Amino acid sequence: MKALQFALRSFGRELRSGEVLVLLAAVALAVAALTAVGFLTDRIGKAVSRQANEVLAADLRLRSQERVPQEWSDLAHSYNLETAETMSFPSVVFAGDENALATIKVVSETYPLRGSVRVSDTLFGEQRVVDGIPASGEVWADGALLARVGADVGDILAVGELDLLVTAVLTYRPDQSIGFASLAPSLIINIDDISSSGLIGEGSRVAYALLVAGDESAVNDFNDAIQDQLPESVRVRSQEDSSERAYNAADRAQRFLSLTAVISLLLSAVAVAMSARRFAHRRMDTVALMKSLGATQGFVISVALIQLVMLGALGIVAGSVVGFAAQEMLSRILIDLMQQADLPGTGVRPIILASTSAMVLLLGFALPSLIQLRNTPPLRVLRHDAMPPAPSRIFVTGLALASVAALLYRSVGDVRMLVILIGGIIVIAGLLYLVGRVMVALIGRARSGVGVAWRYGLANVSRRGRDSAVQVVAFGLGITVLLLLTLVRTDLLEGWRQTLGDDAPNHFLINIQPHETESVATLFEKNGLAIPVFTPLVRARMTTINDESVKDREYPNEDGKWLANREANLSWAAEMSASNELIEGEWWPKDYSGPPLVSMEQEAAANTGLSIGDRLKFFVAGREVEAEIASTRKINWDSFQPNFFIVFSPGALDGMPTTYISSMRIADESKAMLIDLVRAHPSISVIDLGAILEQVRGIIDKASLAVQAVFMFTLAAGIAVLFAAVQSTIDERRFESAMLRALGAKRRTVFAGVMAEFAALGTAAGVLASAGASVLAYLVATQLFELPYEFSPVLWLAGVSAGIIVVCLSGYFAARGAVNAHPADVLRGINA
Amino acid sequence: MSDQSANRVNVLEAHELGKEVSSPEGPLTILSGVSFTISAGESVAVVGPSGAGKSTLLALLAGLDLPTDGHVVLNDANLSLLDEDGRAQLRAESVGFVFQSFHLVPSLNALENVMLPLELAGRTDARKAAQEIIEKVGLQERWSHYPAQLSGGEKQRVAIARAFASEPAVLFADEPTGNLDSRTGANIMELMFELNRNSSTTLILVTHDQGLAQRCDRILSLDVGKLVSDERVAG
Repeated sequence: MKALQFALRSFGRELRSGEVLVLLAAVALAVAALTAVGFLTDRIGKAVSRQANEVLAADLRLRSQERVPQEWSDLAHSYNLETAETMSFPSVVFAGDENALATIKVVSETYPLRGSVRVSDTLFGEQRVVDGIPASGEVWADGALLARVGADVGDILAVGELDLLVTAVLTYRPDQSIGFASLAPSLIINIDDISSSGLIGEGSRVAYALLVAGDESAVNDFNDAIQDQLPESVRVRSQEDSSERAYNAADRAQRFLSLTAVISLLLSAVAVAMSARRFAHRRMDTVALMKSLGATQGFVISVALIQLVMLGALGIVAGSVVGFAAQEMLSRILIDLMQQADLPGTGVRPIILASTSAMVLLLGFALPSLIQLRNTPPLRVLRHDAMPPAPSRIFVTGLALASVAALLYRSVGDVRMLVILIGGIIVIAGLLYLVGRVMVALIGRARSGVGVAWRYGLANVSRRGRDSAVQVVAFGLGITVLLLLTLVRTDLLEGWRQTLGDDAPNHFLINIQPHETESVATLFEKNGLAIPVFTPLVRARMTTINDESVKDREYPNEDGKWLANREANLSWAAEMSASNELIEGEWWPKDYSGPPLVSMEQEAAANTGLSIGDRLKFFVAGREVEAEIASTRKINWDSFQPNFFIVFSPGALDGMPTTYISSMRIADESKAMLIDLVRAHPSISVIDLGAILEQVRGIIDKASLAVQAVFMFTLAAGIAVLFAAVQSTIDERRFESAMLRALGAKRRTVFAGVMAEFAALGTAAGVLASAGASVLAYLVATQLFELPYEFSPVLWLAGVSAGIIVVCLSGYFAARGAVNAHPADVLRGINA
Repeated sequence: MSDQSANRVNVLEAHELGKEVSSPEGPLTILSGVSFTISAGESVAVVGPSGAGKSTLLALLAGLDLPTDGHVVLNDANLSLLDEDGRAQLRAESVGFVFQSFHLVPSLNALENVMLPLELAGRTDARKAAQEIIEKVGLQERWSHYPAQLSGGEKQRVAIARAFASEPAVLFADEPTGNLDSRTGANIMELMFELNRNSSTTLILVTHDQGLAQRCDRILSLDVGKLVSDERVAG
């Protein structure tokens, strides 16, 4: 007879018996976690690559803090290239009394040169591709911005001195930020309107760009031609540079999510191994019988393998359906975060990957049990204790590790990392297992002091020590992550907010021209508010350090290199700000008037490899100024006071183009004055920190919701482990419960004992999770955010109750069959 | 097979069979120096107290286990010279079993259980042959039931049908009535002897039941692993 025929014939019955459901569920879970993440990352990846090819809205972008001189666009035209001009800067937009910070994107007629702008005619309406840009006097605004100020298509938005008619909702522009939200939603206006807007003054933070596109070779020729001639301040970026960055970011996000899914995968693997043991054990009698009836080893193993593969296939189908649904949900959350109107559809690749992974998982973790099955002695038909020899430990471990390595390789993609990761997993899993064993041992000790039901339950926990420890760890892990993502996250944010104090500034004013400071001060005074402190800001570029060009210098790290090469914000002060603390050197006397000195923030100094006595030369608006480092400071950024990496001694920057910035606390009831302020001084940008913090919080909430959703699979995998563990002991449980009842125990007592067992396991898992979450929270708080961390009883309460509730509920459903079995049937040994 | 029975050739030979197993207290002898031959068509009861080695002997005779001493020749094949698959094949061709605890495959229905050995032996008419024998054991109404839906007696009928379906040269029955009440047990044994009479099958019956043993042609008595008597039953 063909093995396939036999396997098919009995498979339906096996399924209906429910015995293989746990194995099926474990496979389905692994597939669901992998496909959900796979689909999602696939779609994010496609969205990124869709955007990456047009991220500059051009083939080449020349960007500068000043308007790119006409000669460069003339040069581009001489290469037969198209050009467009853009500016972007932050500004506050008004609709009636409502206002919001927006990124103003000013564009010329030919924008965009690559990709297209998409708009819709109503908020959340159907989007369409448009050709061209808003007419003069009109504006296309991001839906989020319109929502924030309560405006719609047809309403008027005030931007600087302009009143612009909203004619469409902007849903997509090619050069919007890729990946996760830029804080200020954007609006597009016509470049013809900008001169009358009053938005751009001397020293304004405007990013100007000249976009260039055309025939590939012409673009390359143009790029080569301008390379050595461009002024310092102009940065050129090509399509390739940009898409590479986008791909790298997407790649990191994908790897992070894949590794998240891997935790579910590993727990599912444990469930698979446990339930495969049961799967094989249940088949032993049948295999022995088949062998006694003349079946060969090949036949036996073929039947088991075919059934395993069929089971895997079913699990893959079920898991893919669940994974797809979960991914749909997740992508809704992420669309917002990515500022995308939609995500591109997905192909079958994630399903193929998840399916191969599931099969690798099954083979790696279920195969040893099946191979053992092949060696079942036929003698077992006569002597039930005749068992096949246990599979070699080396074989089992080796196979499991090999399959884990194969599964991880895709997420990690490099052998060295893979080895480190697997090593890490082994160490962490080993440690967690030890902790689990210790907890189980503690539970075992507790049993002498409790009643009969509890004693029975606790005895069960310690008797099945290995499985119990695995369950404690499986649930502990899932709960830890959920605690971190919910309670700890909000605790940390709240803790941080509290350190800010009630009078911490909540608004920044930037871009204040020197002549405006007086009238701004008057406005504050008129409204009964304290006159703000205006801190000067001069934009400059560092050119040399100790006479060596900043470009040629070696830096201790990338941050330092970036810091030295970027456009720097400088300030000067006679006295050190209260939010600074002197670390090294000395601050200049109040009335200092000697050669220029600077004070540098200590981390910036460390990153750039600078120390006291080093000389820095800056280039500011055609002039050079050199200063010696006199001191290093530590800055308390949480003070929300204007602070600078580099502060000059008074007088050194006199006569340089200067704007002022200021921060202050403005109570809600006084906020109306900001409208007068912005109307009177359109080029001043008001940044509402409260609103930004709210937005940051919103982004963190959504991102952690997405990660939480992925970790729900981890918890579900923990439940699968529990079901597998209970199922592998179900015959024992059935027999014991019958015994106890035969000895006179009430059904309730037996039931209480079983629940006591799960309550103990749940408590242990909850304690492990709470301890884990507390330690991680402590580390994150003190090491990463430098916040004081307080022991949180709520965390422990939540962790332990979550553990008890989840484990007891799962345990109830897993074990109720055993308790409910009729004692007489069980003791008579009624079986097939 | 009919030739064999006509000439009364030996279908089963035990030569100085011994079985030793290791135990915490050192090697334990379960069976030693057991020799006998059984001709085709004979019915033989193996009796003896618990622990006498009856089941071990049965396992050795059927090739479910290998002896530590001596050898078994089943249908002219020395079992010790065959590998596990070879012995399985020999069982598929020449051996049937009826067990005390029935041992039906829970995921197959009654008919499929009966078909199983036929299919394992590669018979193409498995279904038809199985249907015939299911009728002979009186289960034509219940052929589509699964083991869990059958009573103990019915299960044993299915097991007997399965055992006879492949017309084995030797049928081994291990306490076939042990899990049944006496009346059902008696019916089952009636059925078994009847099927045995109508076929040329050799029956080896391990039992505690002296009455049952008396209905066989021959009784082998074991005690502490040794063959203590080998008697023909009169009449």
